[in-house]
Amino acid sequence: MSETMTLSQGYRAGVREEMTRDPSIFIMGTDIFIRGGHFAQVLGLGEEFGVERVRDTPISEAAMVAAGVGAAVNGMRPIVDLNFLDFSFGAMDEICNQAAKIRYMFGIGVPLVIRATSGVAGGGAQHNNVIDPWFAELPGLFVAVPSTAGDAKGLIKSALRLDDPVIFLMHKSLSGARGPVGGVEDFVPFGEAVVRRPGSDVTIVGYGHSVTKALQAAAQLAEEEVDAEVVDLRTLFPLDLATVNASVRKTGRAVVVDESAGYGGTSAEVAAAVQHASFDYLDAPVVRVTGSRTPIPHSPPLLMAAIPQVDDITAAVASLRRR
Amino acid sequence: MRPALVRDATREESDGVVLDGVSRDLAVRWFRTMALIRAFEREASRLSLAGKIPGGIHSSEGQEAVAVGAITALAREDLVAGTHRSHHHALAKGLSPRSVMAELFGKADGCAGGRGGSMHLVDISVGYLGSNGIVGGSVGLAMGAALGFHMRRHTAVALAFFGDGGVNTGRVWESANLASLWKLPLVLVCENNLYAVETHIANSFAGESITRRAAGFGLPVEVVDGQDVAAVHRSVASARARAVAGDGPSFIEVQTYRFDGHNVGEVQKYRTKDEISGWRDRGDPIRLLDRSLNRTFDVLPAELEQVASDVDRVVADAIEFAEASPWPSPDRNGTKGGNDLDAGQ
Repeated sequence: MSETMTLSQGYRAGVREEMTRDPSIFIMGTDIFIRGGHFAQVLGLGEEFGVERVRDTPISEAAMVAAGVGAAVNGMRPIVDLNFLDFSFGAMDEICNQAAKIRYMFGIGVPLVIRATSGVAGGGAQHNNVIDPWFAELPGLFVAVPSTAGDAKGLIKSALRLDDPVIFLMHKSLSGARGPVGGVEDFVPFGEAVVRRPGSDVTIVGYGHSVTKALQAAAQLAEEEVDAEVVDLRTLFPLDLATVNASVRKTGRAVVVDESAGYGGTSAEVAAAVQHASFDYLDAPVVRVTGSRTPIPHSPPLLMAAIPQVDDITAAVASLRRR
Repeated sequence: MRPALVRDATREESDGVVLDGVSRDLAVRWFRTMALIRAFEREASRLSLAGKIPGGIHSSEGQEAVAVGAITALAREDLVAGTHRSHHHALAKGLSPRSVMAELFGKADGCAGGRGGSMHLVDISVGYLGSNGIVGGSVGLAMGAALGFHMRRHTAVALAFFGDGGVNTGRVWESANLASLWKLPLVLVCENNLYAVETHIANSFAGESITRRAAGFGLPVEVVDGQDVAAVHRSVASARARAVAGDGPSFIEVQTYRFDGHNVGEVQKYRTKDEISGWRDRGDPIRLLDRSLNRTFDVLPAELEQVASDVDRVVADAIEFAEASPWPSPDRNGTKGGNDLDAGQ
């Protein structure tokens, strides 16, 4: 790890390295050739690789994902860039009924990456759906949600060498998050969570932007002499429960954070797995910190109240400490 | 040919099919494959009703000429994507009757190892990209495969079969637009058999004709008699030639008829017995070819009877094979409630 860049730039650097190595990799999406995508996630790659490999498409999500699936089973390695994850609704059959099923049913690899910006930020109800776990629940799909620039680069490089379809999610609030990235031969494997901050009193588990908030919460807790360990899941499928359980067995307490509306979702999956595998090590019930059951509002105070904040995490930790 | 929405159900019996420019070998091969599909479907229907085939099937009886005419106009490496009613596509593309029958049975020697079933037949080694259980789903997959050929500068085409139901889905037209925009080597073959499950096209389709809708996307279009194997063949051969020349996709509406119900064993209240018998009597693609073979090439009835008994034997062998094939091992599934890396494989 040497160079420092934003998460968005880390993603782009990883894609660029892999596209340089492998001529079968290409990108499809709306407004990507000149604009570089709605989040500048592939800015400059159009000029470098040309219109064939950085392909502008009409706003036809079903067609662009279908094009990706068909090309993937016929010798190519497409990245379909949906810009916003919310736009996947228009391609749900292509993702869930086609891409996810082909390897199992037909025995043909589907080396397809579907990239989207995800997570809750401004923009209102229709551009902030938290549906990350839907994809992780569906057999046949892999799901990556990097929280750092280094992971964005390392995970996309791994994704572009897998033969299964990958949903690659980058949180809106993390686009500009800076951090060190690895070199050409540095990969972040799927299915390996990482301990972002070691601690001994409580484990806080999250992914994406929740990790950032968990780290902020841990810093506040340290002032109160509570030593929190923060685990970043990094991929929702495969889900590295071994790292989570090892941490919980050490600390005896677990708080799981995600931005979903709290019905099912990643935090429920992790909580269920922890109580099953680490029941005898727990000093308190596993607590989930999730969003509230509401479409995402526009007004900042409403928005802040709808998703987990640092204070919600510290409060959850405090509730465990009292037990 | 008039661009009508509906080919008249009480169609006149035609003189058979015109075989100008068709070799005797090819015409006899058409007959053999169509007879094989017919025999296969009749036995598969019987076995489905007898409970030997789990999950039901959709018979392609009556639509044999569409698959056979179209696919014999393709190269082996051309990729074909089919529909929920696709036994004829799979058999015409070269899947063995054994592997298809074993797949219907859910056995280990099936073309998808028992993981697919009737609606999910596949064999990429013969260019069959798979049947698709989602209406219109074949079109996107074939369009993407055509993009793969295009980007690899590989001279081959992808062909999608879909139905009159598919033309009312958005995904078909999103893909048609993209294929036309990018001039992809794609052939779109709409098998208009008049019924989407039980809904007649007159109750589902707005506009003058399917091909007029397709023409709006800049696609060259043609309407073809789907009971005439030679006409289907000619049309697809022209479309393939345009595609490999870099002139982009084409749209062919083949007007055909489903002799059986949507699924085998279905009680049919949505169409009359007269309508069905009108098509069976006057629009049977195998009998239309049979007559022309005799007239054009002097193929004797005895030779065709021999073909018919040959294909019966092939189908009987396929059933025996499927019966004897072992069940697949559940060990190859992902772990239940598990979280292993291989779960998607």
